[in-house]
Amino acid sequence: MGSGPGPYQAQILEHYKHPHNRGTLDPSTHKGHESNSLCGDEIALTLRVDGANRIEDVRFDGEGCAISMASASLLTDAVKGKTLDEDAAMDRASVLQSLGVPLSAVREQCALLPLRALRAALGPAPAAQGH
Amino acid sequence: MARTAKVLFDVPEIKKDFPILQRTVRDKPLTYLDSTATSQKPRQVIDAMTDYYSRYNANVHRAIYELGEESTREYEGARERVAAFIGAKDPMEVAYTKSTTESLNLVAYGYALKGKRVQKGDEIIGTVLEHHSNHVPWHFVRDLKGVTLKYVDVDEDGRLKMEQYDDLITKRTKVVTVAQVSNVLGTINDVKEIAKRAHEVGAVCVVDAAQSVPHMPVDVRELDCDFLAFSGHKMLGPTGVGVLYGKKEVLEETEPLLGGGEMISEVHLGTAKWNDVPYKFEGGTPPIAEVIGLGAAVDYLTKLGMPAVRQHEMNVTGYALQELSNVAGLRVYGPKDVRQRGGVVSFTMAKAHPHDIASILDVEGVCIRSGHHCAQPLMDRYDLAATARASFYVYNDLEDVDRLAAALQKVNEVFG
Repeated sequence: MGSGPGPYQAQILEHYKHPHNRGTLDPSTHKGHESNSLCGDEIALTLRVDGANRIEDVRFDGEGCAISMASASLLTDAVKGKTLDEDAAMDRASVLQSLGVPLSAVREQCALLPLRALRAALGPAPAAQGH
Repeated sequence: MARTAKVLFDVPEIKKDFPILQRTVRDKPLTYLDSTATSQKPRQVIDAMTDYYSRYNANVHRAIYELGEESTREYEGARERVAAFIGAKDPMEVAYTKSTTESLNLVAYGYALKGKRVQKGDEIIGTVLEHHSNHVPWHFVRDLKGVTLKYVDVDEDGRLKMEQYDDLITKRTKVVTVAQVSNVLGTINDVKEIAKRAHEVGAVCVVDAAQSVPHMPVDVRELDCDFLAFSGHKMLGPTGVGVLYGKKEVLEETEPLLGGGEMISEVHLGTAKWNDVPYKFEGGTPPIAEVIGLGAAVDYLTKLGMPAVRQHEMNVTGYALQELSNVAGLRVYGPKDVRQRGGVVSFTMAKAHPHDIASILDVEGVCIRSGHHCAQPLMDRYDLAATARASFYVYNDLEDVDRLAAALQKVNEVFG
């Protein structure tokens, strides 16, 4: 697949058209739901965290643009198998870096929607606590 | 409609009046198709505002000196031209606000909430196609005064189900409010008929004219509406100035939103007496330069002629509907007949989210809007999260539509 215009590079389009970890986990241990009030995009994350605080599995569902959906696909890949402590490494910068395309401020909100859903599910990143 | 459809006025010449249309975006010519959000400004408007600041900047109404007389003359002269532009019989029926939103809030607060006409248990009738600015102020009235809000629905083509007014309007109805043109669907609503129905039970008709006054002839006496609200920045004028038209007698019954200077005739520590209509609504130093810019915008549109503006937009919109129908997977919302719609075209595409459509068009220098367009109840009605929206104005021509259509083909190439 070739690259498209602007932010629509091959990786984004690939994850949008063939998303990883799409769906809903049932049962799950953690859930997070966030929407973007600007455009009505929605993401619902379901996770199963085991006794060792490891993210055993994760799924996302929702409706949104290529940027938010690709970001959700990449983010769920990135956190699967990680412990909750390691999950703390996922922040704004790492999400934008994983997408690897330049985004305007408005489109950054699309990219960060899945991360907001993750934080809603798991609570504030451990690294951020106490600050 | 043929590609060679006759254009009523010379768009290439009009484009020359708009400095911003001379620039490029991402090395492409700027194709601005978002005038429903805000219009571009002609040199005549920018010059009028610069002239005010350069030559006769002074506060209005109370200065004894020459500069103040000039600024007051221009400020009040603009009011006369705005009044004539919408067919008001008296310039004193035109109050300046900062926006359509403020105008509608002023009616909701000053007439419905604080005024005596609307009482607990009364009803206010809106529609599902309103902009948020004609929903939320009425929520305030409902929550603070205990009135009931009722809404007229739309059909699948985006037209109001007019027959619903038969059941919804009752003796308890005190306000009937409607957008003259939908900012999402482009639907032109029959305000004259709605005002007549409101008056049958003694209710007032409040019109959100943000998308109609800039684009078509609007005559408040012909419509017989009681209040009518619109913004300067959507009609070639600056941001920061809006208008509330009201019949003299209903403005008399409307309480001011802002207390302060200008809006009083007398103030003592225990009491204050309001200034006359419309000055009681213009507390604080008004947006003088913006009002003068609005006056210049009215002059510009008057020179083009509003019937010609309307005809031009029908031509461009008709051509757009035809060209968009050739784009695979594209669905247009709203009335299909250009006589029933303004120059607003909302659409979705089967394979691309509206945000992605707008992003790809941006790369092509084509500016459109995507999202819920501040009309979430309407989006809910059609079970949509968002649409893409292109809108047209006096400086758009058929070539702009061609660039839009070509860019939409690119969207399908990327997401195909």
